[in-house]
Amino acid sequence: MANAKLWGLKKSPWVFHVAAASCNNCDIEILDILTPRWDVERFGIVLVGSPRHADALLVTGVLNRKSLPRVLRVYEQTPKPCLVICVGTCTCDTHMFAPSYNVVGPYDKYLPVDVYIPGCPPKPEAMIIGVVKALARL
Amino acid sequence: MSVVRVLFSYIVFPGLIFTAVVGLFLTWIDRKVTARIHWRVGPPWYQPYADFLKLLLKETIIPEGSSKVLFLLGPIMGLVAMSILAVMLFSMNINPHNTFVGDLIVIIYLLAIPPLGLMLGGSASKNPLASVGVSREMTQYFAYELPFLIVIAGIILKSGGSVKFGEIILAQRASGPFLYSISGVIAAVVILLSAQAKLGFVPFDSPEAEQEIMAGPYIEYSGVPLAMYKVVRAMMLFLLPLFLISVLWGGFANWWAILKFLLIIVLMILIKNTNPRLRIDQSLRFFWLGIGGLSIIGLVLAVYGL
Repeated sequence: MANAKLWGLKKSPWVFHVAAASCNNCDIEILDILTPRWDVERFGIVLVGSPRHADALLVTGVLNRKSLPRVLRVYEQTPKPCLVICVGTCTCDTHMFAPSYNVVGPYDKYLPVDVYIPGCPPKPEAMIIGVVKALARL
Repeated sequence: MSVVRVLFSYIVFPGLIFTAVVGLFLTWIDRKVTARIHWRVGPPWYQPYADFLKLLLKETIIPEGSSKVLFLLGPIMGLVAMSILAVMLFSMNINPHNTFVGDLIVIIYLLAIPPLGLMLGGSASKNPLASVGVSREMTQYFAYELPFLIVIAGIILKSGGSVKFGEIILAQRASGPFLYSISGVIAAVVILLSAQAKLGFVPFDSPEAEQEIMAGPYIEYSGVPLAMYKVVRAMMLFLLPLFLISVLWGGFANWWAILKFLLIIVLMILIKNTNPRLRIDQSLRFFWLGIGGLSIIGLVLAVYGL
């Protein structure tokens, strides 16, 4: 039973894209990996419109006082075997926004983060290998 | 017939399990052909089964403040209706004499239950986007059902005024499929487009538009109920072309019927992939004025036996 659960989760991770006030660079690169050139549907990865359908949350953008409650709420709405994938340096360590009065810190202070994909923005290949590593670690 | 045999036919073959397995395979064909049209590789063959398994074993969340019974009843209604429909279509294709008066009307009602379950479940989920989706689903249901019923009336006329599904198949075996006439071609076009709308395929997918209302009525579903909806959709993808073949193209008389079946499926996928989404008012106008007019012409031609 546990094996079947793991197999299903590994073979069809549906991804919800949480754009928490990012500069849109990472978002554009995320959309890139769904295009025919990279085609992640080969691995069963599909972008879904609702956090209720998601198995993985792709978070982008530096976490600030306004976006923190929203991100936590989206995480609570996701049904639970759920990965959190941080895309971009902003999400991993707040990048150049660290001294700002509005920034509340990196995501792993608030959420159980599974993968860090640094880069500004990370390349699509980097994101794919990040997700592959996360799935291999399950 | 013993109780065990009846239960077997509803649950295993040709009811729930068989139809679900074949239907999920057809959704793989859908995704693969779509991917090839996009010049992509596409998912492997086990993809729909992996999706289904994963959804079954995930947490099921029932939103706070929603009506629990209706929320969970929605997918179950669709699943039960599709299982019964599968048994009826199969048994009458295997043995057309196994029919009763008015079973065509029962089949039409069974085809109407999955959208009804979706409307109930979506409106029970207490989500504003879901209610937008439900209102569109309802509008679209009234849009495509009118030409669909007019065309069914034409088919009843062509088979000599019989509302028995088995006798429609028998009439076609005696004097050739209804498709090989002008009104038959019109009927096929209308049923194909109605099936497209029933399945929520792209020109008519405004009720569950992923980009604007985030899957519409499905938005609050997770885990097992979502898996049930996926299976209902897959079973419809199997049963609607089967219905089209049965009423217009001679039924499953021989193995060539599988080729006909695949042809219809691929045609639907091509329509899906080469058209933009219609707004809900556009699809209402399309079904009532365009396709509705066409279906009335088809009915008049059927009266004169063309």
